[in-house]
Amino acid sequence: MTRNIQFKIYRYDPDKDAKPYMQDISVEIDATDRKLLDVMVKLKAKDDSIAFRRSCREGVCGSDALNINGKNGLACLTAIDDLPTDKPIVLRPLPGLPVIRDLIVDMTQFFKQYHSIKPYLINNDPPPERERLQSPEDREELNGLYECILCACCSTSCPSFWWNPDKFVGPAGLLAAYRFIADTRDQATSERLDDLDDPYRLFRCHTIMNCVDVCPKGLNPTKAIGKIKDMMVKRAI
Amino acid sequence: MNRIVVGAHYGLKDWLVQRVTAVVMALYTLLMIVAVPTAAGGYDGWRALMSHGLIRFASFVFIVCLCYHAWVGVRDIWMDYVKPTAVRLILHALTLLALVGYAGWATQIIWRL
Ligand code: SF4
Ligand code: SF4
Ligand code: FES
Repeated sequence: MTRNIQFKIYRYDPDKDAKPYMQDISVEIDATDRKLLDVMVKLKAKDDSIAFRRSCREGVCGSDALNINGKNGLACLTAIDDLPTDKPIVLRPLPGLPVIRDLIVDMTQFFKQYHSIKPYLINNDPPPERERLQSPEDREELNGLYECILCACCSTSCPSFWWNPDKFVGPAGLLAAYRFIADTRDQATSERLDDLDDPYRLFRCHTIMNCVDVCPKGLNPTKAIGKIKDMMVKRAI
Repeated sequence: MNRIVVGAHYGLKDWLVQRVTAVVMALYTLLMIVAVPTAAGGYDGWRALMSHGLIRFASFVFIVCLCYHAWVGVRDIWMDYVKPTAVRLILHALTLLALVGYAGWATQIIWRL
């Protein structure tokens, strides 16, 4: 059974277009086209000038994050049947980041913030012969933190990140920061907390919770941010 | 433990003070909800209530908390939306002066009762 799906797609090619515009386009899909990404691949076959990123097509690489009908999400994890069909599906690039072309954004600022929290284990002890062990309970602490795929759905839906992307670490970066703060093998906990004790880097978060609402992996950056604040309070008092 | 000096080191304090002042204001509000209706009616009753030593103390603490709470909140708004340093500095200073003035004025009104 085939059916027709209508789209409104944000188009902008800085080499050709004076300003962005919305393109109306429709495509025939089969019952086997389950996810939005499947349909976008068909769209691309129809009009190969449309540019978007994708790779794994199964929610692992984080490259196909888009603004779908006004809400950030991964095209490959969004079921086409879950989107209303009475009006066109509106696809836009992630908000708040510079557009390179069409649905492709420049993620430099996002990754700068991610790198700023030193997203790697800091442990100055000589490494043991095999591996640094953790108890199952300590390992449990990392659940809900390590699964982040850095798709940027959260940070680009966070108003605080829109206003201060150069100074506020953003939900993705803070979730990653807590992933290492909570890691019992990491020895830089205090330095990590020092680095975040800043009205911009951490405290621009006003607990709006847009990040939790959109995370395609079901993670909770707000909770991680709350735990960082708790640790700071405990340390200070 | 080594300390690497990064971060502005006042984020936590302001955030914490804002929470604490919020609790104080909530408690004062509850106190007023209970105290005002139980005080003898009319102007004289309220006057007697507000001029009571403990209430004066609580009212003053409330006013200070309100102003500090407002300072953090309004400063956060300037930090979010106003980028030019000079404009922001002026807004910060004006906010601070206004709040200090209000705190004194409000206290004077309440304590005069
Ligand atoms: S926390 Fe979720 S939304 Fe944010 S970058 Fe990670 S996977 Fe994406
Ligand atoms: S909870 Fe904090 S990080 Fe998440 S969207 Fe809101 S302000 Fe941004
Ligand atoms: S294509 Fe990899 S996450 Fe969607």
